Amino acid sequence: MLPLAAIIKLAWRNLWRNYRRTLIMLSAIVVGVWAMIFMNAVMRGMVDDMIRSAIRVLPGHAQIHHPLYRDDPSIVNSMTGLSPELENALAQPGIVGWSARLRVPAVIASERESRGLVLLGIDPATEAALGFVPGPIVEGRSLEGVDDRGLVLGAKLVERLETGLGKRVVVMSQDPQNNVVERGFRVVGIFEAELQAQEEQSAYVGRATLQSMLGVGQSLSELAVLGTDYRDLSPWFAGLQAAVGSDVELLSWTELDPYMASMLRVQDGMILIFVGVIFAVLSFGLVNTIAMAVFERMREFGLMQALGMRPITILYQVLMESFLLLALGLVIGNLLAVLTIRPLESGIDLSGVADGLEMFGMGTTLYPSLRIVDMVATSALVIVLGLLASLLPAWRASRFDPIEALGKT
Amino acid sequence: MSSIKCRNLCKTFHQGQETITGLDQVSLEIASGEFVCLSGPSGSGKTTLLNAMGGLDTPDSGEILLGEERIDLLAKGALADLRLHRIGFVFQAYNLIPVLTARENIEFVMQIQGLHAAERHQRARAILEEVGLEGIEDRRPAQLSGGQQQRVAVARAIVSQPSLVLADEPTANLDSHAATHLMQLFLDLNLQHGVTFVIATHDEGVMAYARRLIRMRDGCIVSDESRQAGSAAS
Repeated sequence: MLPLAAIIKLAWRNLWRNYRRTLIMLSAIVVGVWAMIFMNAVMRGMVDDMIRSAIRVLPGHAQIHHPLYRDDPSIVNSMTGLSPELENALAQPGIVGWSARLRVPAVIASERESRGLVLLGIDPATEAALGFVPGPIVEGRSLEGVDDRGLVLGAKLVERLETGLGKRVVVMSQDPQNNVVERGFRVVGIFEAELQAQEEQSAYVGRATLQSMLGVGQSLSELAVLGTDYRDLSPWFAGLQAAVGSDVELLSWTELDPYMASMLRVQDGMILIFVGVIFAVLSFGLVNTIAMAVFERMREFGLMQALGMRPITILYQVLMESFLLLALGLVIGNLLAVLTIRPLESGIDLSGVADGLEMFGMGTTLYPSLRIVDMVATSALVIVLGLLASLLPAWRASRFDPIEALGKT
Repeated sequence: MSSIKCRNLCKTFHQGQETITGLDQVSLEIASGEFVCLSGPSGSGKTTLLNAMGGLDTPDSGEILLGEERIDLLAKGALADLRLHRIGFVFQAYNLIPVLTARENIEFVMQIQGLHAAERHQRARAILEEVGLEGIEDRRPAQLSGGQQQRVAVARAIVSQPSLVLADEPTANLDSHAATHLMQLFLDLNLQHGVTFVIATHDEGVMAYARRLIRMRDGCIVSDESRQAGSAAS
């Protein structure tokens, strides 16, 4: 058997015998790899943005609430405070933050207009840790505590209600006995959100203030939990599941928002299809290049066999040529991807197509997300599939009859 | 050193519907250290016989023994090992690996054999000197003349110290001066190292070096004569 170093040397030199052909194929691999990684980063950025937006508006990474709350999100189906076991479980590593909310349907009325909305009683301190913020406050202030008596509204809703900062509005909802309760609030802050729906359909108030208005004591509608990675809840989910009692349910964000979960799967599938299409195009070129190189050197392969080289070594040699070409293409392609994606990670402004993006629950800035794991996975896929594609010409090179091959000119 | 024995070798080739006889009941025995020329017109079967003796081709019937080993029964891999360790080939068209230098071409077979770099370099240096290629060992085949390339091919064939060297029309692409130089080299190697040479040729000048001349026609041996040692060399 020819030593590995000799196989590499021979393969490397053979690669550059027809340097034009090698450079063309190398360029195709570089562009293909770059396109795979770039597309992956952009799609991951898009979906990350959609999911983060959705998580910001909705549930965190998981949510605990009354088992019937999802079917009927009224005040009747609320939880009665937190047990000590649950509080301990919420302190486990992997959980970045959590926050308890009271969420009820309500009607808000100004002196001119009234509208339906979702009224959220929050604890601003824990929500900040969770990243659950309505959006930048453009006028006034944000809520300052669970006892804050002010109301924070979205700019769009303020416009619809024809009200403004400092004005009083009346909020009506139902208590657990189905009695209408109402209370006057002063608008203390106006926020803007990336999603217009959030601006129009939600209002924020201190949690204790809302509990007091509805007369529900320490009752809660939901407890939102945030982990480190929305894709992987496994480090803490099971521990939390064990701590919640039978009278409440714990659901991951994929269960709470199956549409978003399916978007994530669609993204993975789309990336796979995209990578597959690019690789199919690449593999035609690669197989053609290797096959040409093999048939041009039939005589040489015959000679090597005549000199005593085993067919398997010839197979290794051809595969090594393919491997070196792929590896070189991957190094340059990955480098190019890093150089082009890193500067874009601070955000690509897509405000020109903001309306379309909002339909998908996306903001107006796209943040491509370049991950080492994606680069490694793409590289591994290209190497493995590339070598598989090269197997046929390599095998044929190893099967040449030496006499027939030596007779070729 | 091994002798080579062929018994009743038959080989036919098919070209379309035509059947061509390559070897027809060929039997011969070559003792170790002999310097043999196979001569005959094109299509007489000398290359076919050479390929069969070198394990590059298998006969349809008959036996080939290298020493005591039946090589016509060996599998592909075993034949590759046999060629690697016991047989050296010199081809008409030099057949060097173009991406390797002269020295690397010579070391190539030793690399496959798994010899250490130091021993490879030492042997390559010695053989380069012996075939008169010192100073041009780092040139690639394209930078060498035909005669120099053939000397590299000879050096490659003998550097691994095979017991048998098979040469197929080794002087066909050389001018008369280079051909004389090459044959003298063969003869020296045969005399000094006892390497068995079997040379297929239809060049009368090459035949003059033979100590045994086997003439073939239509796949059969028509004459087998022993001659004065190296008559052309003297």
